[in-house]
Amino acid sequence: MKRKSMWSTAGTCIFTVLGLIYITPILIVLMNSFKKKIYINKQPFILPSEKTWNGLENYVTAIDKYGLLESVGWTVFITVGSVLLILLCTSMCAWYITRVQTGFTRMLYLLCVFSMVVPFQMVMFTLSLVADRTGLNTPWGIMIIYLGFGAGLAVFMFCGFVKSIPLEIEEAALIDGCTPIQTFFSVVLPIMKPTYISVGILETMWIWNDFLLPYLVLDLNKYKTISIAIQYMKGSYGRVDMGAIMAALILAVIPVIIFYLSCQKHIIKGVAAGAVKG
Amino acid sequence: MEKAMKRYMPIFVLPTFCAFILGFIIPFVMGIGLSFCEFTTVTDAHFVGLSNYVKAFQDTVFRHSFWYTALFAAVSLAVINVIAFALAAALTQEMRGTNIFRTIFFMPNLIGGIVLGYIWQLIFNGILSHYSTALALNEWYGFWGLIILVSWQQIGYMMIIYIAGLQAIPGDVTEAAQIDGATRIQRLFKVTIPMMMPSITICMFLSLTNGFKLFDQNLSLTAGEPSKMSEMMALNIFNTFYGRTGWEGVGQAKAVIFFVIVVAISMIQLKATRSKEVQQ
Repeated sequence: MKRKSMWSTAGTCIFTVLGLIYITPILIVLMNSFKKKIYINKQPFILPSEKTWNGLENYVTAIDKYGLLESVGWTVFITVGSVLLILLCTSMCAWYITRVQTGFTRMLYLLCVFSMVVPFQMVMFTLSLVADRTGLNTPWGIMIIYLGFGAGLAVFMFCGFVKSIPLEIEEAALIDGCTPIQTFFSVVLPIMKPTYISVGILETMWIWNDFLLPYLVLDLNKYKTISIAIQYMKGSYGRVDMGAIMAALILAVIPVIIFYLSCQKHIIKGVAAGAVKG
Repeated sequence: MEKAMKRYMPIFVLPTFCAFILGFIIPFVMGIGLSFCEFTTVTDAHFVGLSNYVKAFQDTVFRHSFWYTALFAAVSLAVINVIAFALAAALTQEMRGTNIFRTIFFMPNLIGGIVLGYIWQLIFNGILSHYSTALALNEWYGFWGLIILVSWQQIGYMMIIYIAGLQAIPGDVTEAAQIDGATRIQRLFKVTIPMMMPSITICMFLSLTNGFKLFDQNLSLTAGEPSKMSEMMALNIFNTFYGRTGWEGVGQAKAVIFFVIVVAISMIQLKATRSKEVQQ
């Protein structure tokens, strides 16, 4: 027994060190975000001194000059809107195509599964054309694009869960006089809550961090997501402001960490559940 | 029940179906069609047969990107899965703080590819500058840089899946093996790993396809430097589309080839590992 507890203490120590090493990259960026820009590339691993300290200047530049807060706002808007739309539409669709077996629904299911393995590069050019022609190149329109392109995984996961719900519950509701819509919202939806959380988290992680789809679809003169804004700061010609980039990276990471710490239990469960069904 | 529901088909299925047509079916079918055409905007497309495919296969940079990507996918698959499995095994032992450690290891996974690329670019260039060199000067710096980057990003994710798999193994099975006199190593290879095959299948599938489809991290960490030598397939396709006027058709042909490769590899991998799964 003694030996075992010694091992466990040793393990805790080793993993504390490993964990610290694991978060160092973020800490290094955080540290550099307070330095004057010319010192960042030269000595990224040295703590800011009086000479190199720049206070919150870099954050001010990132927000004022590069409109970072606006980008954060658009990213939140697009992510929340798309995820809600995906959850509502695909769960209804998945319930229907699992319960009503026709040639059409079977085909739709297979197409959804198929769409999961298609890499984005296959459709990126034509998808951006379609978005342009149909006027879906706004933060509102892109939600429909996300619904279309993200439907595969969501429908697949919801279908997997609907199959495990006993039919009798729904039949009872229908016999009691519920319309299918009432049945769905008052009986099926509450049962599917865990799946909503899993799908919601997977889709949030995808859409929040997505770069290429919004880059090609959105009208970039008006709307930029965080990833696009950062890529623009770096890729724009002329001098690259490393200080502002460090600040932007931190501003991009903060919402993620808040989101993660506030619902990490659900996230970890969601990932595990999503993988088992995927 | 089906009869009552059928009347409601438009409400339940139509929104998703229309978006799916718009966001996937039309672009996909158009993409296949355009791969046989020469065009700059779609209206001026004309049929050129297989010449786009011929050009794609003749493109030495594209061929290089294929081998570079394949090697990258194989190495990252091995590194990520071995480390993630080891971490999962360690963090399911009795130890204080396992939950905090899991939380920490998973965190990088939530950071976007572009952001990750620039975080690591700072660090790698900081280290390399001590030896008066830089990421953009050697394709293998970029390669190992990307390996470290994606490992940092994905190990936590795979670890979570492995932990779920480990916890699903009934305790009596390993106990029985222990009573029968199996050593630790024997238990790992003869009991734990066979019981874990479903998780291993998923993790290998995810890390392999993630490796092949890698784009954001590649763009932000090296952007293909030096002179396209660290360009992976997805980035090569992107650059063909948007970097060379008149080559859109070739870009689309490359995209179709890429799609076929990704599907073929994931099918082979799924088949290979699924066959090793055991019934519980």
